[in-house]
Amino acid sequence: MSSVHIVGAGIHPFGRHDQMSGLDQGVFALREALADAGLDWKDIQFGFGGSSAAGNADAVLPRMGLTGVQFINVANGCATGGSALLSGYWAIKSGEFDLGVVMGFDKHPRGAFNADPEDWGLPAWYGETGMMLTTQFFAMKIQRYRELHGISTRTLGLVAEKAFENGVRTPHAWRREAVDLDTILGSQMVSDPLTKYMFCSPAEGGAALILASDRKMRELGLSGPRVRGASVRTRVNGSFEVFAPSLDVERGPSPTEIASKAAYEMAGVGPQDINVAQIQDTESGAEVMHMAENGLCAHGEQERLIGEGATRLGGSMPVNTDGGCLACGEPIGASGLRQVYENVQQLRGRAEGRQVEGARIGYSQVYGAPGLSAVAILEA
Amino acid sequence: MRTKPVAEGLFVERADGPRLIGGRRKSDGRIVFPMPKGADGAEFDAVELKPEGQLWSYTVQRFRPKPPFNGPGDDRSFKPYAVGYVELPGEVIVESRLLVDDFSRLSIGMPMRLTTEVFRQEPDGSDVLTYAFRAA
Repeated sequence: MSSVHIVGAGIHPFGRHDQMSGLDQGVFALREALADAGLDWKDIQFGFGGSSAAGNADAVLPRMGLTGVQFINVANGCATGGSALLSGYWAIKSGEFDLGVVMGFDKHPRGAFNADPEDWGLPAWYGETGMMLTTQFFAMKIQRYRELHGISTRTLGLVAEKAFENGVRTPHAWRREAVDLDTILGSQMVSDPLTKYMFCSPAEGGAALILASDRKMRELGLSGPRVRGASVRTRVNGSFEVFAPSLDVERGPSPTEIASKAAYEMAGVGPQDINVAQIQDTESGAEVMHMAENGLCAHGEQERLIGEGATRLGGSMPVNTDGGCLACGEPIGASGLRQVYENVQQLRGRAEGRQVEGARIGYSQVYGAPGLSAVAILEA
Repeated sequence: MRTKPVAEGLFVERADGPRLIGGRRKSDGRIVFPMPKGADGAEFDAVELKPEGQLWSYTVQRFRPKPPFNGPGDDRSFKPYAVGYVELPGEVIVESRLLVDDFSRLSIGMPMRLTTEVFRQEPDGSDVLTYAFRAA
């Protein structure tokens, strides 16, 4: 069976871009990815793309050229990018196609996301009485996790401090100034125990990847990391997810745990083989919990590892080398692909200023409402 | 003063206090809250949940949420409120607003009891009630 490779990657810097639509940023990323691979749009056989708040992804077609290409819009919440990647992976793996694009872009209004209960099959009172906020969910998940596994407030601050440090070194990051630990810990409390600097913000940006079969890659004289494993999993009974008026007393695994396990099995590698990881850091606590949910450490070990600097650049387990969502912000349609873009740069030795030396296996995980997780494992 | 619940079928008043109304799935006994409505509701029997449990997790809402939140006041007059999950032993873990004078007194595992609170007022002056938990 053919293997799937990422032969081109493009990104429009994340942040706020008043003069550009979300679509403009998607087109920018797509053109950059094609240029990276030295390909023309007319070479592309298929596309999967997503945007949550900036229109239909297939609106890129008139801009890129109406070639009749098969293009499918993907909508899977915060895991839209990961889902587009998995769809493209399957398209090539099936043998049906051998060259395509996966892409995503977005542009969100400022401030926290607000949701309409009806869209989620929830009663109106849940929103009216002020319980339908993603920020509350993240705060309550880490609050309980802290109680069970002993994670200090300082550790939550260190995660954000590291994110902004890495953002300084990353051209596509939004927040590119370091913020010291005291400022992070002393900033406005948003939802206890999480302060303003511990939360990412909705943002704008675009990301695109060119996927090719190994045969096509060789035929075109290209190269690029191989997708060794890719998975998307949704929630099971007993998981703790956003927008849940009730939870089962009997607790179960998270969608991240089951997606991670599936991707490791598919890739034939384990957590000990990972050289660089990009994991969902909607807020500081999410990075802490996702370290364990992705098997990168045992529950509770984060307190020591983060305190020792293991997740920083130069540490034993660099996490979110481009500053993650905390420094890049979260344009939903592009966020998961931004993680994979960063791993491609790391595995190709192009992550200047933030390069993990000798990185061979890169791991990425994006999590989103209403409870799904997408994982991709790449090999240089 | 007239009062009305924020939604019908959410809770009932008993002599010793309110009870939340959950749903027990007919096929496997799994309990959910609130009681599902419409077609989904046909698969559940309505059950009154235990009024007491333990705090499972919590946070404090420090900024005024965007709509559909329709609590009183504006961004300036907004008063932070606590929310949390309360485990009702052997039944289900429910999300709720929490009534507490001092947020620092909240701790996971503390005993909690169901009550109701006036959440907001209608333009005609009637009070809108919702459920909440307070320290038992």
